[in-house]
Amino acid sequence: MSTTTDVNVPSPTPPGTPRVPLGQRLQGLGGNARQYGIFGALVVIILLFQVLTDGKLLLANNVAALFQQNAYVMILAIGMVMVIVAGHIDLSVGSVVAFVGGVVAVTMRDPIGLPWIAAVLVGLAVGAMVGAWQGFWVAYVGIPAFIVTLAGMLVFRGLALVIVGETLAGLPPAFIRISKGSLPPWLNYVGNMDGVTLVIGALAVAAIVLTQVRARRSLRRHDLHVEALGLFVTKLAAIAVGIGILTVILSFSAGGTPIVLVIVGVLVVAYSFLMGRTVFGRHIYAIGGNRSAAALSGVSTRRVDFWIFVNMGLLAGVAAIVTTARAGAAIAAAGQNFELDAIAACFIGGAAVTGGIGRVSGAIVGALIMGVLNMGLSILSVDPAWQMAIKGFVLLLAVAFDLLNKRRAGTQ
Amino acid sequence: MDTEHILEMRGITKTFPGVKALADVTLAVRRGEIHAICGENGAGKSTLMKVLSGIYPHGTYEGDIVLDGEVQEFRGIRDSERRGVVIIHQELALSPYLSIAENIFLGNERAERGVMDWNRTNAEAARLLARVGLAERPDTRVSDIGVGKQQLVEIAKALSKEVRLLILDEPTAALNDEDSAHLLGLIRGLRDEGITSIIISHKLNEIEAIADTTTIIRDGQTIESLDMRGSEPVTEERIIRGMVGRPLDHRFPDHTPSIGEEVLRIEDWTVHHPVDQTRKVVDRASLTVHRGEIVGLAGLMGAGRTELAMSVFGRSYGTRISGRLYKDGQEITATTVQQAIAHGIAYATEDRKRFGLNLIDTVQHNVSAAALGKLARRGVVDREAESTVAEGYRQELNIKTPTVTALVGKLSGGNQQKVVLSKWIYADPDVLILDEPTRGIDVGAKYEIYTIINRLADAGKGVLVISSELPELLGVCDRIYALSQGRVTGEVARADATQEHLMHFMTMDKDGIAR
Repeated sequence: MSTTTDVNVPSPTPPGTPRVPLGQRLQGLGGNARQYGIFGALVVIILLFQVLTDGKLLLANNVAALFQQNAYVMILAIGMVMVIVAGHIDLSVGSVVAFVGGVVAVTMRDPIGLPWIAAVLVGLAVGAMVGAWQGFWVAYVGIPAFIVTLAGMLVFRGLALVIVGETLAGLPPAFIRISKGSLPPWLNYVGNMDGVTLVIGALAVAAIVLTQVRARRSLRRHDLHVEALGLFVTKLAAIAVGIGILTVILSFSAGGTPIVLVIVGVLVVAYSFLMGRTVFGRHIYAIGGNRSAAALSGVSTRRVDFWIFVNMGLLAGVAAIVTTARAGAAIAAAGQNFELDAIAACFIGGAAVTGGIGRVSGAIVGALIMGVLNMGLSILSVDPAWQMAIKGFVLLLAVAFDLLNKRRAGTQ
Repeated sequence: MDTEHILEMRGITKTFPGVKALADVTLAVRRGEIHAICGENGAGKSTLMKVLSGIYPHGTYEGDIVLDGEVQEFRGIRDSERRGVVIIHQELALSPYLSIAENIFLGNERAERGVMDWNRTNAEAARLLARVGLAERPDTRVSDIGVGKQQLVEIAKALSKEVRLLILDEPTAALNDEDSAHLLGLIRGLRDEGITSIIISHKLNEIEAIADTTTIIRDGQTIESLDMRGSEPVTEERIIRGMVGRPLDHRFPDHTPSIGEEVLRIEDWTVHHPVDQTRKVVDRASLTVHRGEIVGLAGLMGAGRTELAMSVFGRSYGTRISGRLYKDGQEITATTVQQAIAHGIAYATEDRKRFGLNLIDTVQHNVSAAALGKLARRGVVDREAESTVAEGYRQELNIKTPTVTALVGKLSGGNQQKVVLSKWIYADPDVLILDEPTRGIDVGAKYEIYTIINRLADAGKGVLVISSELPELLGVCDRIYALSQGRVTGEVARADATQEHLMHFMTMDKDGIAR
């Protein structure tokens, strides 16, 4: 509001002394506060069931099983959160899991009899092709994803029935190990603890601390706003303690680190990077936040939409491999309601129904919340019918809570 | 009972978390007058009207609303409407696929035990339409009529609720001069029927013409109430002085252009309407822009200014586009936005919220949106560099935001516009097309935007400014084209340009005959 020609240039913020008033700092935290909230909810639910089950929830083998049982949700939720952030939905992933599972099983068994690794690659390729098919209709023909994937849900369930019949069992043990196996004990045991698991846990903590400290230092170097040191240290400490506890518990389990946990871990790191750090990821958020503005900024919205669905298909392929390996057979009816699990995980994890908001980490935490609920209620021998009802309520409450929070903090 | 005043708002204070939007605001509206409320964006005008209409219910603010001498405790918009207070928002609240009649009685249906009485609905709607002077059938779909007519439907809807106090928030912002004049005439007519109006407007000439009283609000406080019908006429300058708190000596920064080579030439550009493909929206338009030059594009609503700009910008609008495009003397093709950007053409939209910004994302992500490639290596964004760029523009353009990681949606209109400009400046184009760059922005921020435009020209870029405000074009541009019905009807150098001169070209019909 100056009538002078010279534009007022404030001096750069001196490093480490943010001039931002507290209220606005908290507001700046906005996006993160929600993330902390969902992590907090996970911790509370874990502690609750730990008490209710007399400590059975966090028994080593239960924790390992938690990951093995829920790997498919986490894998699908990663792809789904990208679809949802872009403002779409994918209802077909459950059917695609069954279809690709069938393809993998058929290629491994006689008469084709490919080696299991080749079959896995075929499965991933078929998954990506399914995604490309749906992406074509959504991105280039312009049919809403809801319709395209509703059709896909029927089409691929049907195709799964055609190629699988009912069940195709007798898969190679090496393939089955993907879901049921753990990393081999390459290292010695420390007491009763698996050395490999301990090393992986230590490496994970070291990697997180190192990247966070480096990111902070880089921000500092550029005289940019950094979060308060206390908050930063607390956050890192909490992450380190969390991973530490998980590592120690897992190292006591029968096999050590489940292989699927490694798969999920790699995917989480890779896709968090993709969403947070790459041009492609940024374009997804831009399209979801305001499609017209993104298009007028030169984002090729169709291409991004297309590749999001290709990627969803690819991840559905991964989930199909994990699911088929876990069942030890391809089942035509596999993957029922998987799409709903993945969608629920995304929304519990803070994704916005209208698009533009959502994170891979949130979706994973959402999946874990559902998984812990499942496992805790099972240990408590709650009737599966009630389990389903309870999960429904949790989904509704999580989103309602999120909405109320936003409204309270809302814009004027 | 207070007979002179229909409405008094006393000591209204409204606080949002961390912000005092209104501080002890007083407003007294006399019965049967047209009362204008002026103030810069963010001064608190809309907040005050939301308090009045019950959108912010009783209890969320301090102070009293006194209607006809009685203190009111509106819990919602229905309460205020029951007392005859009706607000018409800037963004019209009509349902596009319902008919005019259905819209008029929406929420207030003419029905018998839940069953619609269509004859009554349409008959009463027709009477209301006649009253507002809208010659359309009541069963016409709202999406089939223009914005000016939709505004009249809103007023008819208000009349159906037996309105006594009509609040209009920027009613003419989206209207052309003809529709504006009709609307203002209608408001005058309603006054003669005894309906009091409160009108919020940025168009000071309209206020000067229509208002009986003007209340000026600044920084959430009532500054003064001016009697517009007093012995001494209240000028626009007088109102501006109250709004900004100081006399605005010059509304436009001084600028001496240094004009270079031709950078953009459009020849015989023709664009057809995307739906009605037989209709020419732009008709054989030709124009040139030189480096260092600020060129204006004047035209009434529907003249095809935005359509011309967007069709040039990677064919973002229209079908059956023909014509030639030259950049630095070389003919180019730009059939996608990506190609247009690659050729150094940028277009900053007139509708920031719909087409310009991702409101739920941060300032820095919006700044980098059009040139993310410059900040990325092998597809990976250098976030530190991105923050540094955004921080640089925050300081250079004086974007008022606590940090560049704040959400763009939380900024004021002027600061949002600066974010849009930052985005395109960072893309480093040779030609910038700025469509209504100061729409909905307060006076002080406008000056800053003009300064930025001048600096862009001084940096050797060609700037094409589209604006509905003729004084703005006259104050900023070196050369101005006038558009009418899709045709370029005139070209005027700054020295020769007057509002009357431009208006003459802008109202020419396409055969070149002044209307």
